[in-house]
Amino acid sequence: MIEAVALAAALAAGDPLRGKEIYARCLACHALAYDRVGPRHCGLLGRRAGSVPGFAYSSAMKKSGIVWSKKTLDRFLADPTHTVPGTAMTYAGVADAQERADLIAFLAAADQSKDCSARH
Amino acid sequence: MSFLKISSPAAARRLFLERSGAVLSGAAVALLAGREALAAKSGDSKAGDARILNTALAAELEAVAAYQVGAESNLLQKPALDLALQFQGHHKAHADLLEKTIRKLGGKPASAKAKYSFPVETLKNQLDVLRFAAGLEQGAVSAYLGAVPLFATRDLSKAAASILGDEAMHWAVLRQVIGENPVPAAFVS
Repeated sequence: MIEAVALAAALAAGDPLRGKEIYARCLACHALAYDRVGPRHCGLLGRRAGSVPGFAYSSAMKKSGIVWSKKTLDRFLADPTHTVPGTAMTYAGVADAQERADLIAFLAAADQSKDCSARH
Repeated sequence: MSFLKISSPAAARRLFLERSGAVLSGAAVALLAGREALAAKSGDSKAGDARILNTALAAELEAVAAYQVGAESNLLQKPALDLALQFQGHHKAHADLLEKTIRKLGGKPASAKAKYSFPVETLKNQLDVLRFAAGLEQGAVSAYLGAVPLFATRDLSKAAASILGDEAMHWAVLRQVIGENPVPAAFVS
């Protein structure tokens, strides 16, 4: 029981430093501060999916109705193509729950960094 | 001869294809072998596979543009410049094959953007450029790894794995050049 609680706490918190290493997987298509094959990640949490001005999203993403939170990001990152069928993010996903928590922690921390500050 | 010094794009393409035949053939063979399998797939499967390939194509076209920025930055000296141009040539070959395959699947291939955003303000010297390139190649390896299990057509997984192997070699060589362990782990993720 105690181990389960500790695991849940670790997953909830995530480690942004480990998340930064995991974010290297995203760098084929994404950057924090500018749009690439995928949209920028600065300002991601709280943003409606498909809403970065000027970025050419799939219609599936624009119509998804998702607002990015830790919970919705966790679900999407686990299995992007099944969570939003038709998404252009044709990636099998991050299967490990702790890795997703770490990645989301990094994205949240990065949003407060100088890389993103100019975007707010 | 540098690809950048050839005035005609058609001439550059011919030269590139002549020089990179061995590289191109591996992936091309995988696709040619899968021609019947491609034709036999349902419309939904073809559309899904074309979507995966289009995302890969967009990333390859961006990689070609990124290496062009590096080559024209005057920050790369030989032999790093030659290496960058060779890798750019590989990405052009990947893009060419992906484009043809998307058409074969009935899809509309992504086009190169008129303008790409790169963090050029952070690229001050050769090491910066090579480190940036290494990051892109690492990301590309992960992207292909994430795409391989998604294809409805296994021959496309094979072709994607062929490209993944090439980009993993780019990443390893770039890491070696910038003084990092070229193969830091037993697995890529």
